[in-house]
Amino acid sequence: MTLPQSVEEQLKEMKEMFKLNKTQMEKLRKIAEKQYEKSLIEPGEAVGVVAAQSIGEPGTQLTLRTKLLAGAMEMTVTQGLPRLIEIFDARREPSTPTMTIFLKPSYATSEKKVEEIAFKILEIKLDDIVKSIDVDLLRMRVEVELDPEMLRKYKLREKDIQRIVSEEFKGYKITTGSYKINIKPKGEDVDIKQVYKLKVKLKALHVGGIKGIKQVLPMKQGDRWVIKTAGTNLRDILQLPEVDIENTVTNDIFEVLSVFGIEAAREMIIEETLNVLRNQGIEVDVRHIMLVADVMTYEGTIKGIGRYGVSGGKASVLARASFEVPLKHLFNAAVSGETDRLTSVVENVMINQPVPIGTGMVNLKVEKKEDKK
Amino acid sequence: MANVFLNGKFIGTHENPKKLVSEIKEMRRDGRLPLETNVSYYEDEDSVYILADKGRARRPLIVVKNGKSLLTKEHIEKLKKNEITWDDLVKEGVIEYLDAEEEENAYIAVDEKDLTPEHTHLEISPTIIMGPQANMVPYGQNSLSYRITLGAKMTKQALGLYAANLPLRADTDVSIIHYPQVPIVKTQMYDLLKFEDHPVGQNVVVAIMPFDGYNIHDAVVINKASIDRGLFRATTYKPYKCEELRYPGGQTDIITVPDKDVKGYRTEHAYRYLEEDGIVYPEVEVSAGDVLVGKVSPPRFLSSLEELRVGTEAQRETSTALAHGEKGIVESVLISESEEGNKFVKVKVRDERIPELGDKFASRHGQKGVIGLIVPEEDMPFTEEGIVPDIIFSPHSIPTRMTVSHLIEVLAGKVGALEGKYIDATAFQSVSEFELRKMLKEAGFREDGTEVMYDGRTGKRMKARIFVGSQYYYRLKHMVANKIHARSRGPVQLLTRQPTEGRAKEGGLRLGEMEKDCFIGHGAALLLKERFDSDRTVVPVCKKCGLIAIYNKFKNKTICPVCGEDAPVDFVEMAYAFKLLLDELKSMCIYPKLDVKPKFEVGK
Repeated sequence: MTLPQSVEEQLKEMKEMFKLNKTQMEKLRKIAEKQYEKSLIEPGEAVGVVAAQSIGEPGTQLTLRTKLLAGAMEMTVTQGLPRLIEIFDARREPSTPTMTIFLKPSYATSEKKVEEIAFKILEIKLDDIVKSIDVDLLRMRVEVELDPEMLRKYKLREKDIQRIVSEEFKGYKITTGSYKINIKPKGEDVDIKQVYKLKVKLKALHVGGIKGIKQVLPMKQGDRWVIKTAGTNLRDILQLPEVDIENTVTNDIFEVLSVFGIEAAREMIIEETLNVLRNQGIEVDVRHIMLVADVMTYEGTIKGIGRYGVSGGKASVLARASFEVPLKHLFNAAVSGETDRLTSVVENVMINQPVPIGTGMVNLKVEKKEDKK
Repeated sequence: MANVFLNGKFIGTHENPKKLVSEIKEMRRDGRLPLETNVSYYEDEDSVYILADKGRARRPLIVVKNGKSLLTKEHIEKLKKNEITWDDLVKEGVIEYLDAEEEENAYIAVDEKDLTPEHTHLEISPTIIMGPQANMVPYGQNSLSYRITLGAKMTKQALGLYAANLPLRADTDVSIIHYPQVPIVKTQMYDLLKFEDHPVGQNVVVAIMPFDGYNIHDAVVINKASIDRGLFRATTYKPYKCEELRYPGGQTDIITVPDKDVKGYRTEHAYRYLEEDGIVYPEVEVSAGDVLVGKVSPPRFLSSLEELRVGTEAQRETSTALAHGEKGIVESVLISESEEGNKFVKVKVRDERIPELGDKFASRHGQKGVIGLIVPEEDMPFTEEGIVPDIIFSPHSIPTRMTVSHLIEVLAGKVGALEGKYIDATAFQSVSEFELRKMLKEAGFREDGTEVMYDGRTGKRMKARIFVGSQYYYRLKHMVANKIHARSRGPVQLLTRQPTEGRAKEGGLRLGEMEKDCFIGHGAALLLKERFDSDRTVVPVCKKCGLIAIYNKFKNKTICPVCGEDAPVDFVEMAYAFKLLLDELKSMCIYPKLDVKPKFEVGK
């Protein structure tokens, strides 16, 4: 019997730890095999239903509250049932995207250092560092007045800002003065609308930090310094030399999918689900959640549990029809002449036949006897 | 300049609105303006609202001037001697009615002691901050408002003497308690409502203690001997109606003992209590299925073949019979005429409702519970004096609900029973707990109301002293006998052939989606199939076209409506609901072709 890799490794560890000889090792192996066999799921076990019930029942105890407020410095992260729904529905963007950035120990020496890095990461828009952005209707231009104090705070230089602005707005008439930038749209007949549009664009201009990181909060987690953020940008963050790539995580599962691929996304679904349940003091066996994560990801993309995801993708027409919008499924099936092979549970309940689960899995095969001559 | 509105309409402006308001009030008080007038001044809007129209809820208050109530001792003396009446006080301007608007400008003192020169009015009694319903709760000042609300709600569900003209009435499903009593501990509201004329509960001896866990979770343990003596015994009345309807074409129903060849004739047995006029006689014991009023109707469709039949054969049986699971004694029979002038019969059936396991009871403090056990008197705990409680109430029901009034009522009831007098428990002006304790001590009891008790089963003295007293209890209208229901086989729906729903239709209890999932979770596939076999049918299916064929039992032949007589047909077992689904798909122009295969694979 082949044991899984993790068990083999554990056995090896044991062998070294207790200095076991060959016969002892064999005995131990036998016990391990027996235990492993015992823990295997039997054929015909309704794993899906058991998983659904095992997650669903404690789900009734989850808080319906969205926000968690624990002290002024803490960031609010969606918790409880709303977050669980978010994960299982495979929403494109989490309602509160957040990252936990671990730093390499050589960089995270003191609180001050960590704070410095945090400020470097924080996204800075032009709007954050100006005294004013005004529209001059007489000259048909936008006047930007930089705030020297804010520049100092974010460690930005006036020249850099001017460079970024001129690079972003090529062809615009740009004049600069001390802490002042004036921009006029191209062409002779400038519309007032154009000027106002320019103002909006300028305000949102990304001048420093990393895009998408709206808030940073350095804090100590165990004995390591981490930076919690509101907003995520995994790809750019991981390119920073200070960041510990191995531990840094985001709660945006789709971002994980695009950066690391589907296996990582599956792992994230399991991790995030467990987190939500653990935070509420609920213990659910990982294997149930693993099953859900597997079902959601085995096609290479993340599918939600629901009409447009797992349930809508069922093979059986009757099973799909019994779950939301039956008419749509029935008509579409009729148009394409679908066949329902009645291989799954729901269909067989509908037509009152034994369901192919548990005792219903077993079938009789009749041996045909030759007619006696 | 303030805007002035009369009954919501703008009528002008005034320079000195405050003066205007006070003048109007003066005029109303000395009778120059109608008493129904109310006036209010809104400073923020700078407008005066004078209201004299209908539909405003108003309440009476004592007028206060310069910090002194206008209601003097002389008034009270005169009232006591019946020299003056309430109306005189209102006319005199001692008492006036305020509406919601004028109340906004008023500063009302709850107690006469609290009066200051700023006050404009005085509450007649602090009790009237609660309405008649909430005032039915004794010692209301000692409990949470929510518990009082619950207590008021349950008063409405209590069985009692709800009407004095009972024998004449034919209300649906009402119960009357046999021995209603006036509560020992009562509030002023009980007198005002003339509660003695229609009491709704009984005074019972309550011991607050657990009883072997049979009063767990608000359940109560009740004394069997008390029930046998008639405690909370009730009678339910249920009227059955039957009308001789007229049909187009001059045909009518006939109330009579149906002829044996009438279509749908029951058994002779079912009609045995009918007199010659086709109606039961009073005081007969009837049970389910017994006909109360015999009736025959003309055939449903005149054009049908039945028309050709002669005499009574064409008629249908449409008698009124006692519903499934019911029993009782015919109380009265009323023969009258309906609005349309048809003959009309009402039969009132009565049935006794003796308290049984699961019947619901409640005290007046929102403490409701069902009977958890009926204990023989000899097994009940008893006090040194031999007092055996009627009801044993669990102490665990008290802390979370914080119904202190419940406990004080027990104490007050005990004092009242010992002294032989009613105890006033009107909220905010009740006999205090301190006084109750004093009276109890004087009567020779422990002042905290606890007593040494002995276990009736072992005779041993209990280690703890038990809080015993008298309390007013309601029997609520939710009774097991009206709700108990079970079914194994029974009627099915016409469309789906699945069991009907609900007690009245002798229906089944649904094994729903989530329950189904539990069967699947246990892998019990065949048990699941058996549970859902209620609408099983065997349907002939044409192997050629996959549609449902026809089986002619007389000729033992199958015909496929599409492929004809020679088409091969298989008999398939399926849920009737699924057959219905196939039919509905066909009506949607979807062709549900069944591919039939043998159940067991044949081969080597």
